[in-house]
Amino acid sequence: MYEAATPYISKEHREFLKKVKRKNVLIRVTQFALLILFFATWEIVARYKIVDPFLVSQPSRMLKTMMTLSQNGSLFMHIWVTLSETIIGFTLGTIIGMIIAILLWWSDFLSKVAEPYLVVLNSLPKIALGPIFIVWMGNGEAPIITMALAISLIVTIISLQTGFKEVDEEKIKLLKTFGATKMQILTKCILPASVPTIISAIKINIGLSWVGVITGEFLVSKAGLGYLIVYGGQIFKLDLVMTSVMILSILSALMYIFIVYLEKKLIRWR
Amino acid sequence: MNKIMVSLKDVSFNYHTLEGETEALKNISFDVYEGEFVGIIGPSGCGKSTLLSIISGLLKPSYGSVEVNGKIGYMLQKDHLFEWRNIWQNALLGLEIQKSLTEESKKYVEGLLVKYGLGEFKNHYPNQLSGGMRQRAALIRTLALKPDILLLDEAFSALDYQTRLAISDEVYKILKYEQKTAVIVTHDISEAISMCDRIVVLSNRPAHVKKIYDIVLTCEDRTPIGCRKAPEFREYFNSIWKELDVHV
Ligand SMILES: Nc1ncnc2c1ncn2[C@@H]1O[C@H](COP(=O)(O)OP(=O)(O)OP(=O)(O)O)[C@@H](O)[C@H]1O
Ligand SMILES: [Mg+2]
Repeated sequence: MYEAATPYISKEHREFLKKVKRKNVLIRVTQFALLILFFATWEIVARYKIVDPFLVSQPSRMLKTMMTLSQNGSLFMHIWVTLSETIIGFTLGTIIGMIIAILLWWSDFLSKVAEPYLVVLNSLPKIALGPIFIVWMGNGEAPIITMALAISLIVTIISLQTGFKEVDEEKIKLLKTFGATKMQILTKCILPASVPTIISAIKINIGLSWVGVITGEFLVSKAGLGYLIVYGGQIFKLDLVMTSVMILSILSALMYIFIVYLEKKLIRWR
Repeated sequence: MNKIMVSLKDVSFNYHTLEGETEALKNISFDVYEGEFVGIIGPSGCGKSTLLSIISGLLKPSYGSVEVNGKIGYMLQKDHLFEWRNIWQNALLGLEIQKSLTEESKKYVEGLLVKYGLGEFKNHYPNQLSGGMRQRAALIRTLALKPDILLLDEAFSALDYQTRLAISDEVYKILKYEQKTAVIVTHDISEAISMCDRIVVLSNRPAHVKKIYDIVLTCEDRTPIGCRKAPEFREYFNSIWKELDVHV
């Protein structure tokens, strides 16, 4: 039987809660300390030339690089280029993947026909398609976004399709006893039941879109973080490379956190 | 004689798969009268669920005819409440599907929830409810469509024994109170005897009717729990047990 939590908290329980809280604080502090330690060690070994700062760069020089880049505005331009390409690629991959997965769920015939093609496309290393995209679409943003799309699309289709198939057959039978149409089965049961699958597909998709965009920018680009990394590497400016990598990791982490937040909002019933 | 609600005549059903043809039902005939509770009992895998699917119209018989006079409500083995909907939204599911969601029908469902003790739990999600309450919510979801005939497919088997006794007692009272006709599939001989007016015993697959028992119990308190004390209870039990001929 469901009961509301009692307002009274025993001494023992209070002790327990305190202990849990203390442990959580300790975890956070340690995580933070590790980060500080990492950068401090890096700074020190570079400053005292224990390792060559030319090869590993140095946090203080990375900060300086960031300053100069942001002062002439180009930092935000590069971030914006990469971020927008990623968001577009990711959104397209998710939406198109979802539509195709729904079509494959809808028609068993279509799904059987598509199966071998999906298997082949899934195992193909999509980076191999890069030069083709460039020849077809030139050297703008289009081939880069297509690259992100190519990498994430098939995985999305396959994981959503599997998720749709795993929805309890009996739930569908229940809807059929009410006389539900196929469209109603889709909207009332398959899609809402697959929200956790969809979210985990989105999480994977974000990571893959970053891979696609950075790979695309490595191959062909005039701007973006991938461009900065390649450019910095070519002229041996490791400061630039390291700074870009650092910004990239922060951005992708932020995007991930946003999705986790979305997940919490969407799956209240858990 | 009461009105006939369900009439089965020489119903046979075969499943077709690539592995071959499975005969599930063979020449099944019986009638269900208005207000009657008919139990269906038989060895596992003999075709009981198939029979209910045929009565409900989800499957068409390979041979024979089915006649149903009235609206059917189907209760499956598990409650199958949708985890992402709260109890209120779950209770309205059938009405939503049939596009008959009106102020009046909502009021009716609201009344059912209150009457059967779920009024305060409208906004709870299924995983916050006990097994018995979930089963009750599933029953209300079915009753919301005002069916005349209820098909219960081992509707209580997912519950623990005590909850199961209590809930079957409760469901019995609810269905009698709402004056429904019921076809109850169960594995549990005692449950069948205690709830039903007649029991159809099916054979091994392909299922055919082995015997039909008229259950007459002498007890003042004709509820599933009350009538378990009736002197005839044991006799019916032993007789049906023999008829089922279970070998382990
Ligand atoms: N969709 C199907 N395709 C092929 N064979 C099936 C299908 N559904 C059921 N069967 C077979 O038909 C027979 C009867 O199945 P059914 O589910 O009606 O039995 P049951 O009496 O309800 O079983 P249980 O006691 O396990 O609930 C079984 O042998 C089963 O394997
Ligand atoms: Mg069954």
